[in-house]
Amino acid sequence: MRAANGPPVPLPPRTCRRWASVATDYLGLAAALAGLILVFSLSTQHFFSRTTFLTIANQIPAAVLVATAMTYMLLMAEIDLSVGSVLGLCSCVLGVALTRWHWPLPLAVVAGLATGLACGAFNGGVSLHWRLPSFIVTLGMLEIARGGAHAVTRSQTQYIGAPIAGIAETHALGLSLPFLMAIAVVVIAQGVLTRTVFGRYLVAIGTNEEAVRLSGIDPRPIKLTVFLITGLLVACAAVIDTSRFQSANPNAGSGLELQAIAAAVIGGTSLLGGRGSVVGTLFGVLIIAVLNSGLASVGARDETKRLVTGAVIVAAVILDQVRHRLGKAGAS
Amino acid sequence: MTSGEPLLTVSGLGKSYGPVTALARVDFDLRRGEVHALVGENGAGKSTLSRIIAGITPADTGQMSLAGRRFAPRDRRDAQSCGVRMVMQELNLVGSLTVAEGLFFDCLPHRWGWINYPQLHRQARSLLDRVGLQGLDPGRALGTLGVGQQMMIEIAAGLSRRCDLLILDEPTAALTDAETGHLFAQIAAMKAAGTGILYISHRLEEIRRIADRISVLRDGRKVTCLPSAGVSLDEIVRLMVGRTLDKAAERTPRPPGPVALEVRGLRRGPVVKDVSFDVRRGEILGFAGLMGSGRTETMRALFGADLPDAGTVRLQGSSDPAVIRSPQDAVRQGLALLTENRKEQGLLLPLTVRANITLPSLTRFSGSAGWVRRAAESVEAARWIAALAIRCRGAEQPVAELSGGNQQKVVLAKWLLRDCDVLIFDEPTRGIDVGAKFEIWQLLEDLAAKGKAIVVISSDLPELMALCDRIAVLSAGRLAATFLRGEWTQHAILAAALSGYLTETSQ
Repeated sequence: MRAANGPPVPLPPRTCRRWASVATDYLGLAAALAGLILVFSLSTQHFFSRTTFLTIANQIPAAVLVATAMTYMLLMAEIDLSVGSVLGLCSCVLGVALTRWHWPLPLAVVAGLATGLACGAFNGGVSLHWRLPSFIVTLGMLEIARGGAHAVTRSQTQYIGAPIAGIAETHALGLSLPFLMAIAVVVIAQGVLTRTVFGRYLVAIGTNEEAVRLSGIDPRPIKLTVFLITGLLVACAAVIDTSRFQSANPNAGSGLELQAIAAAVIGGTSLLGGRGSVVGTLFGVLIIAVLNSGLASVGARDETKRLVTGAVIVAAVILDQVRHRLGKAGAS
Repeated sequence: MTSGEPLLTVSGLGKSYGPVTALARVDFDLRRGEVHALVGENGAGKSTLSRIIAGITPADTGQMSLAGRRFAPRDRRDAQSCGVRMVMQELNLVGSLTVAEGLFFDCLPHRWGWINYPQLHRQARSLLDRVGLQGLDPGRALGTLGVGQQMMIEIAAGLSRRCDLLILDEPTAALTDAETGHLFAQIAAMKAAGTGILYISHRLEEIRRIADRISVLRDGRKVTCLPSAGVSLDEIVRLMVGRTLDKAAERTPRPPGPVALEVRGLRRGPVVKDVSFDVRRGEILGFAGLMGSGRTETMRALFGADLPDAGTVRLQGSSDPAVIRSPQDAVRQGLALLTENRKEQGLLLPLTVRANITLPSLTRFSGSAGWVRRAAESVEAARWIAALAIRCRGAEQPVAELSGGNQQKVVLAKWLLRDCDVLIFDEPTRGIDVGAKFEIWQLLEDLAAKGKAIVVISSDLPELMALCDRIAVLSAGRLAATFLRGEWTQHAILAAALSGYLTETSQ
């Protein structure tokens, strides 16, 4: 170290100020979530109940894992459009391994996870080696994985039943194992993002990849790692959903990529890279889930749900832009 | 319309951004057929004043009149329709368009929406000839041009429209001497036609050459306005910074140390043909040359940013060639490259000063499992902010909010923290105001005194002559000559820079 080189040093900024800024970062999202819950609670008495929240808690773990992975991708200024199909493929591999090949559960789960990792390795390897945009490579993978899912199942939904139900039905502290797992993933992913060398590199690459390269850091291994993490998280989501439905459907996860992007964007992640957070994305997933379940409980039809969800996504991005500009104007 | 009558009068112009006053009650006037230079350090208010006149930024207070009539442009288009044009410092060209399309982007000749390309190219041809770009194909993509040529295109686009008042913001920053000559010829022609020209530049020699009057701004106020005839450079500099600078004085030569970097027969593509040189510890080696002579490309190749076709690099007197296949290899072996475009290639603009400074050395701040020790990081960032006198609110301020000179210091800090032995600076003071420029020069000299080997590429010859122990001149991708301090003259360096092109055409 070159400690001898400089004059005496002022103390680093107080950490309490840092916590205050963290709190204000999520205040808007928390308020939006609370507002939605309030509105639905006032408009129907069916909504504000233990059942509603348990249902939501059961529904979201897979979406949280996938949206977390998507947030990492977007932070790095990359995108993965194949997450939905890869989830379907992993689920089908798991299902077929159990029903047709009669593999033991742990081995089948490993096969499912390996499938996800392999897809991530393919996406990352191809896009990095040939310097192709991840948008194109993962668009290809979207079709490949969906085709694969239909091929291994011969387009038949695989009913698994009891053997796999255990994963989703294990509970601790009144919460399901997948839900606890999703929360743990969010906490770890946010910590890695903000507190580790890897996370810093991730944000730096999304901000200016060329500057990172010229700083003597090879961006490729970091990018490949994120592709692999994405594959693994999507495979975990597949295991969770397969267990929840006790079956493997070759069409599972259709459109999930767009939901994941929507959740990340609502949570304040920029599609241009370099800005975003996993906790914000968690709020994004919750807002979408509450919106869906709330609209269902007030009896809204499917088309209304989609209209409202779309409007919320656009409104969230506008609000985020305004907030960001105000923040910048205040700083300069 | 005679020259000499006032074209633009500005009174009591003020502009604040939050608590920061960018411009305070400035009075100013511009006559027809006059070149009026605006000088001042960065942040003195030159850009704010010119942006207000060009209609890009609205003023808070004050008023303007143009040719005797009230002038309050709503936006840039409105100002342009009144004949007021500004050529921006930052280029706003679309890289995928052709030269001709870029020149006439807002008035493409067309019939029912179909562009009339023959006519467009004829118009472009005559305009390009006017600004001395005879050899340039109007069908070429803008993105393939160098920065200097792009700037000339931008200026040509400004010249092609009705224009009573032209604002040029640092037009020559990226131009070669020949291009600058063409620009000045154009300015003279426009002057003769009665156009008033507001000329912003850091290059004081140039201003003395072409300006009729000089207005000096400092901290948002106009310090003075004086005729340029008979003004000395020192006097302008003193007015700008409010103190005297005797930096041009001869420096005592340093005893050179052992060789730190040895480059032999470096080649890369069509631009770098054969470059060999040595840099010693404690030495500042300058690289002069015309635009396109291969200076930047040479440095990128030896740094591993682009892979060289041939050539060897040896470090610290080692007899074995160093293997540099990527920037990581280079950095690991103690090389640092401070690129020409710090915003595009050197900095993470939205991130904090701290994150930028520690980026190349981040692993040094990691504890177990790759967690960053934030406190240690903040301490180190604060130390460098103090050591290099980086003006910022603190280590947590985004780098985008700093001025050019302070951004450059952040780039410097990040490599000093990485403890590199050989530092290569590509245009370290481009777009930086005079005061910060001297600070950067001082830092470079301090580094050399501490035994670092320093390579400086600059298109500003007086800068190289003030700073370097030796100056190497590249011409058409080859090393044309190397001069020792005391041996060089501006004339000899220019002759060497041109030599490669002369032999090439005769072949």
